[in-house]
Amino acid sequence: MINYILRRLLYVLPVLVGVNILTFLLFFVVNTPDDMARMQLGDKHVSQAAVDNWKAQRGYDLPLLWNEEEEGFAQASKTIFFEKSVGLFVFDLGASDNGRDIIADISQRMWPSLAIAIPSLIFGVLANITFALLLIFYRGSYLEFGGLFICITLMSISGLFYIIAGQYFIGKLLVLTPISGYAPGMDAVKFIILPVLIGIVGGLGSGVRWYRTLFLEESAKDYVRTAKAKGLSDLQILFKHVLKNALIPILTGIVVILPLLFMGSLITESFFGIPGLGSYTIDAISSQDFAIVRSMVFLGSFLYIIGLLLTDISYTLVDPRVRLD
Amino acid sequence: MSTPIKHVVIVVFLLLSACSDSALNNPYSESEHTEKIIYTAFSERPKHLDPAKAYSSNEYAIIAQVYEPLFQYHYLKRPYQLEPLLAASMPTVSYFDYTGAQLPVDAADAHIAYSEYQLSIMPKVSFQPHPSFNVALHKELPLEWSGENVYDLPLTSRQLTSDDFIYQIKRLADPATQSPIAGLMGNYIVGFTEFSAKQTALKKQYPMLRKTQRLQSESMLGVKRIDDLNFSIRIKGKYPQFINWLAMPFFAPMPWEADEFYSNPNLQKKNISLDWFPVGTGPYYLQENNPNRRMVLAKNPNFHDEFYPTDGAADSREKGLLNDAGKKLPLTDKVMFSLEKESIPYWNKFLQGYYDSSGISSDSFDQAVSFSGAGDVGLTEDMLEREIDLQTAVTTSSYYLGFNMLDKVLGGYTEKAKKLRQAISIVVDYEEYISIFQNGRGVPAQSIIPPGIFGHVAGDKGINQAVYTVQNGVQRRSVEEAKALLAEAGYANGIDSSTAKPLVLYFDTMDSGPDSKARLNWLRKQFNKLNIQLVIRGTDYNRFQEKMRNGNAQMFMWGWNADYPDPENFLFLLYGKNAKAVHGGENAANYQNELFDALFETMSTMDNTPQREAIINQMIAITQDDAPWLWGFHPKAFSLHHAWYKNVNPNLMANNKTKYINIDPAQRHEYQAAWNKPVYWPLVVLLLVFICLLMPAYVIYRRIERSTAL
Amino acid sequence: MLTLLWTDIAVFALVIAGMYGAWASSKKEHLRRPWGQVFESTVGVVSLTMLLVFILVGVLDSVRIQHHDTLASGEVSEHAKTLSLLDIVLTPIRTRVEKTYSMPFAHTAYAKEMVADSNGQSQWHYPRLVFAVSHLAYPEVEKTSDIGNKILMGVAVAVLVWLLLILFITGIRGQHPFKQDTNGLKSCVWTLLAVFLLLGATANLAPYYHILGTDKVGEDVLYQAIKSIRTGLVIGALTTIVMLPIAISLGLMAGFFRGWVDDVIQYLYTTLSSIPGVLLIAAAILMAQVYMANNPELFTTLEDRADMRLLLLCMILGVTSWTGLCRLLRAETLKIREMDYVVAAQALGVKRLQILKRHVLPNVMHLVMITVVLDFSGLVLAEAVLSYINIGVDPSTYSWGNMINTSRLEMAREPIVWWSLAASFVFMFTLVLAANLFADVVRDAFDPRANN
Repeated sequence: MINYILRRLLYVLPVLVGVNILTFLLFFVVNTPDDMARMQLGDKHVSQAAVDNWKAQRGYDLPLLWNEEEEGFAQASKTIFFEKSVGLFVFDLGASDNGRDIIADISQRMWPSLAIAIPSLIFGVLANITFALLLIFYRGSYLEFGGLFICITLMSISGLFYIIAGQYFIGKLLVLTPISGYAPGMDAVKFIILPVLIGIVGGLGSGVRWYRTLFLEESAKDYVRTAKAKGLSDLQILFKHVLKNALIPILTGIVVILPLLFMGSLITESFFGIPGLGSYTIDAISSQDFAIVRSMVFLGSFLYIIGLLLTDISYTLVDPRVRLD
Repeated sequence: MSTPIKHVVIVVFLLLSACSDSALNNPYSESEHTEKIIYTAFSERPKHLDPAKAYSSNEYAIIAQVYEPLFQYHYLKRPYQLEPLLAASMPTVSYFDYTGAQLPVDAADAHIAYSEYQLSIMPKVSFQPHPSFNVALHKELPLEWSGENVYDLPLTSRQLTSDDFIYQIKRLADPATQSPIAGLMGNYIVGFTEFSAKQTALKKQYPMLRKTQRLQSESMLGVKRIDDLNFSIRIKGKYPQFINWLAMPFFAPMPWEADEFYSNPNLQKKNISLDWFPVGTGPYYLQENNPNRRMVLAKNPNFHDEFYPTDGAADSREKGLLNDAGKKLPLTDKVMFSLEKESIPYWNKFLQGYYDSSGISSDSFDQAVSFSGAGDVGLTEDMLEREIDLQTAVTTSSYYLGFNMLDKVLGGYTEKAKKLRQAISIVVDYEEYISIFQNGRGVPAQSIIPPGIFGHVAGDKGINQAVYTVQNGVQRRSVEEAKALLAEAGYANGIDSSTAKPLVLYFDTMDSGPDSKARLNWLRKQFNKLNIQLVIRGTDYNRFQEKMRNGNAQMFMWGWNADYPDPENFLFLLYGKNAKAVHGGENAANYQNELFDALFETMSTMDNTPQREAIINQMIAITQDDAPWLWGFHPKAFSLHHAWYKNVNPNLMANNKTKYINIDPAQRHEYQAAWNKPVYWPLVVLLLVFICLLMPAYVIYRRIERSTAL
Repeated sequence: MLTLLWTDIAVFALVIAGMYGAWASSKKEHLRRPWGQVFESTVGVVSLTMLLVFILVGVLDSVRIQHHDTLASGEVSEHAKTLSLLDIVLTPIRTRVEKTYSMPFAHTAYAKEMVADSNGQSQWHYPRLVFAVSHLAYPEVEKTSDIGNKILMGVAVAVLVWLLLILFITGIRGQHPFKQDTNGLKSCVWTLLAVFLLLGATANLAPYYHILGTDKVGEDVLYQAIKSIRTGLVIGALTTIVMLPIAISLGLMAGFFRGWVDDVIQYLYTTLSSIPGVLLIAAAILMAQVYMANNPELFTTLEDRADMRLLLLCMILGVTSWTGLCRLLRAETLKIREMDYVVAAQALGVKRLQILKRHVLPNVMHLVMITVVLDFSGLVLAEAVLSYINIGVDPSTYSWGNMINTSRLEMAREPIVWWSLAASFVFMFTLVLAANLFADVVRDAFDPRANN
């Protein structure tokens, strides 16, 4: 087991290197360091000297990938790529292109992201499971057909509509929640209610259908028939036995996305003015702050791989029959 | 079945009635409602709060309240007038020739080699309380400090001296600062460039030298300390606009202690630096800076005596702008900037009373503004009912469409190219542009100089003859006239007579917002009037800038905001030596005209005399005929503010207006409560619908239960 | 003269491939049976009919010809504009551009304006629209009855055409479609009636009214919504085309060859899928813009540039979305390669490629089919989100995403401008719903587990 985890952790390294090379290439093909400097310096009275000065101070005055002027190993290490990449692997993300410490910003901005993501996930899963079980309970009746149709309808509506409509009706017409913004601590509740609600409703369609297939498979198994024969009621069977046995795929499904919750949601956060990591990334893209984008990509892929690893481990934990080797 | 549901309904109703009184959507904490706080927003975090670097309006919104330069623009008086702020009086200027001998005040420009500004500062001004004045803290920070808030550290202050101004000028010159005006000031201040070079050398020679020591070890030739309250600046030649620069935050005093304090690497790691936590003498200090959420300015307890002006423009009194005359500034205790990225939430919150003032986007225009029968601007019923007030002012900026004068087709100074440009100038109907995209909030420009700046000619006299005629009122020349000009230029009906191919022109833009498509379509329509095909080349910011630098664009739209109220700040946009592709200046059209350049050089050092006006008129006439720009329009700024937000006066030059604003918190609270009554009945309806849906579910549930039981 | 853009070629290739696929699968028994099941289901046929209507519009919009405008002076313009067949069909609503916003079926503008009347007096009132309802002298009184008449006329024509269609079908098949015991044709015919009724009424109203209002520059919203169909379809379909070959070949290879091939492919898709997709797309779009800015001679017209960007968006979406299917196929292939017949074929020395082609590929086709229909709707929805962060299609391209993006600002207006949002919502919803319902039916028919 420990052996396996270690091996998987080792596997993380080449993936992260690959991710890093890819993002580096993509962004530097587009943007030369000169472009970045001009972007940051603004557009009034910018001289080439100022640009060079900016580049020198941030270490962007080196060659991109290969330094011809150096000797030996330094040919590879005295480059933008090398100098900017090494820090990532020890989670020293450095400063953003406008001079702020990225780690400090991330540790501050992850909380609003989590404040939205965690309740959305918990309540979303609960709602999805409940509705899915009810659909199975009402199997064959017109309630099931109607329910399924509603699911498909919900799936067919773009997420943007949920946000626009939610903000318009609940925020503007009914005046029930603040339209946008965020506050730390308990004050956050009034700000996150609407995004969380929209998150739940937006995910309901596909979520319910996914859990329904899961439960359908489970309820076709023998023990359900046995339980029925024993005279247990359908509701009891569904909510006790089927649910319990379907927990493994449910849990593992959740574990995969658990680390990524922290990355926040790009669209929701910028619509509701929530200062999380999602809007951090979007801002960085639009202001072409390469240091932040690279850090966020790195973090995102790292968390993704951790998620995969956690899934594997959780398989062994919930189901002793699965063995990793 | 009915009893539990009944219980639920009762509980819900109790809950609803319990909380129906207070507004649920108040984004601020409930306890603040009695305080004199200005609520406003920022849409993206300011890049720099260091006065040596900051150069955009969103940065000035904050630092101009914290830092004070020597001079400021009078809040109420028009035309714009400088008055002392930290200075004790207006400066005395003396002129010198090459030998260093003093010249009389009325000496000819050609003889003046240097001008010297004698500056004296107000006595007994103190900096805001700040830990950096505790010199002990420069060495190490107390262990018990949490590292969150610098104001938790022991605070002290110090009196302002002339050294602080000199230190800031040195910071401007320091290459490590990357000040945007370093290049410009190098051309004027004596010894500035040399100082800069010396600093680079010092840095290389002694890399361990602390920045403050490095800057203080050298002196700048043109900047002299006389005593604690007096110093002088010597500049090359005569440059009357220099005093306008002295009124910008670039020249605000900076204590060396601040630089030293913030150089602590532990602070840097926590994003605590001079670029984020200013140290100034102004009416407010930056109490909280969390650019991810909000920034809070609080009243500076050490603020020197400054009082609301007692006199103003002719109509100031009747506008109620002198109600607070003579009161000590600032009039409010706090300014809260919340992060608000999108315009729609901002507007909605403004209507709910959670922001005090707002601009009007073109999308909310119809809701807010209506025109009376006579064409006067007014507010809609809805706005009047809320007692919202409207302020309008023509801004001192120009939004123009430029031709690249280096271009083979459109550029050049031949009669042919000129006629082509003039034809285009006629058909691009900026009146329509203003009415569609600006909701009429703009004045079609006749020349480069906007209203409110010396040299602007109002009325029929100032009409651009190339584009307009004055026959029964001012009218844009007809499309037929444009077609005739086009034919004379050799492109009859849009066909190039030399190649017999249709004329295709290119428009470069970095516009990509949702509105841009409409704007670009409109532009294409304008060129279609002449049967010219317009190809839009959209690109990103960097590529656009690059094209402009290399002079590869053909046509582009751009704007310019005045730095200071002097025509020189606009006319220099067409000065040949500022050509962007040739000299890297701000003349994006790369316009070069010897006569214009010569007149510019004369004009720029003159005072606002009738002679100057005559020269400016001549310069404008030259450019109107050459038509290197479509002069575009000068936007009108419309702003709305609530009844409790007082003393608003449009002043386009001053950045430090916040201190004059007054707030009536009681009135605000009353209105907020009235406008934000939550609406509950749809929730109740939703609940009822849900219960109705439960009925069939329950029926089926019973049926299934019964069938399994059997 | 016919002109083709890159995506047009792709659209035609897709249509031909689709037809070929339908013909090929009708030959194969194991595919014909589930398809038969699809055609039996009412939901399946209705949604398929709707999809086909959308596809027809998309194809019409991809056939482009050079068109010479007639100038105001009566002469024919020198430079040609490229118009699609759809543009020509929609000429009445394409060319009637008002000044700015107007409500659906309105005869006046949405906002008051300063208008000088005949006496030279300026008045602040709602100006009449230039084109819409210009055929009525007193719209306040006549409009309702006029709309009613137009709808009735349209409906009548539609019913007539529909009856002709029924006659035609009856003529071919020898019996009328309602007597069939096959459910499919009947549902199809009824759906067509609904479509015809809608089309008839719209066609009769559109030349006189802006049925869905006009946008900020006065362009008809109905026209925009219809033009957006092609964009939605291209994104959904083209992405699939890009993604399928990569996913299938790599998935099969990884599962079949195992060893280092498997390792490399796994590494590839783990790396790719671990990068947040939005960032990858953002980078690619930025890159495309730089390329276009550096090579302006390749993209002379706005259409070319917009088209290139659309194509590139599809490609990059394809690159980001192949990993899911690839993983699925790899797992399935791993199972199949242990099957008796594959082992036997290998023992007999059949070439590996042959085995892959003959034995493995046909057995995973149902997975491919299900993924394709499921992904399609997701991609149409994704376009809207990408447009919101400005990394979607070109702003000058008609697309629902762009419409939604613009309408965010319109929602803040008072009175609210809802019609752009509503139009894009209805069109997009119809397409995605049809696709989702169809996907559902296809999955039920093809998924072996669902058959139990």
